[in-house]
Amino acid sequence: MTILQIAALSAVALAGGAVVAAPDPLRQTMVLGIYGLTLTMLFFVFQAPDVALSEIVVSTVGLPVMILLALRKINEQERQRRDAEGGEDP
Amino acid sequence: MSRRARLMLFGGSAVGLAIVLVLGLRGLPGFGDYHGVYGRVLSGIGVTERHATDVVTALNFDFRGFDTLGEEFILFGSVLGVVLILREMRDEHEQPSQAEAEEHRFAGPSEALAALAIGLVPGMIALGVYIVVHGQLTPGGGFQGGIVLASGPLAIFLAGGYLRLKLSSPHTLIEIADAVGAAGYALVGLGGLVFVGVFFKNFLPFGIPGHLLSAGQMDIASVAVGFEVNGAFLVAWSEFLDQTILVTRGSGS
Repeated sequence: MTILQIAALSAVALAGGAVVAAPDPLRQTMVLGIYGLTLTMLFFVFQAPDVALSEIVVSTVGLPVMILLALRKINEQERQRRDAEGGEDP
Repeated sequence: MSRRARLMLFGGSAVGLAIVLVLGLRGLPGFGDYHGVYGRVLSGIGVTERHATDVVTALNFDFRGFDTLGEEFILFGSVLGVVLILREMRDEHEQPSQAEAEEHRFAGPSEALAALAIGLVPGMIALGVYIVVHGQLTPGGGFQGGIVLASGPLAIFLAGGYLRLKLSSPHTLIEIADAVGAAGYALVGLGGLVFVGVFFKNFLPFGIPGHLLSAGQMDIASVAVGFEVNGAFLVAWSEFLDQTILVTRGSGS
């Protein structure tokens, strides 16, 4: 195992832990993107450039876009629900 | 169950799992020690028999072309599911007003972001096309290139807002790209069945290894997959965008 491979494996382990540890879903999405980048490096140093190419686009563009849009929708709905409740209570 | 009992249950199972894992890992071959016969055979005959310098693409689009057909339709089916789930519901309605949609541009892009994104669009499209058509020569292929291509319109969204994305990739067009790509890949397989009698057996001349038009059907298959993946991701993203930006609940507004 070369130094690069050890470094890539450690980076994946660290970033994976960071994804779990991130408290706020919005930040978690950003950390998830960084985790995808470390995975990309891992695939690259383990000589799987095809997988690295897929991973870099899916994890840094494809997935975060969907999660961010879903988060925005959820926030909007919760705001609407709060507004509706606030209007009825008094 | 009390906290103490749960901890004891966890401790017991963790020790059991650790023992099984250690025993299993001890039986693995050493790091970098590969014993698979299939992989060795394929990497040996990729160039000589299929004239493809990227063995992974040869594997995806020729040797195991049938498996890729299944993967194609997994993606196709999941995008159909996304479209179905995110369709306009009965108590929701799409806001028709363009000004409204223009307002919802995620607090507006900064000028630096807009300039960067616009600058990236041509490069992304060129890179995507390159990756798609060079599938059999260099790492990459239809899937990777297709998503890079789909990221181009997404960068337009980042730079200019939602309506420009809609202008650059209208819904009908990307749905057609998705369907044509999926059908095209299946047709490549049918071509094998018609011309040489075996589904997904190559029926085109192999050409000279390293040339752009070489490795038989792989080029066509790669382009078809490129269309399919490009269309699939754009359809999924624009469904999410529609749902987030345009659709509101009837009772809320």
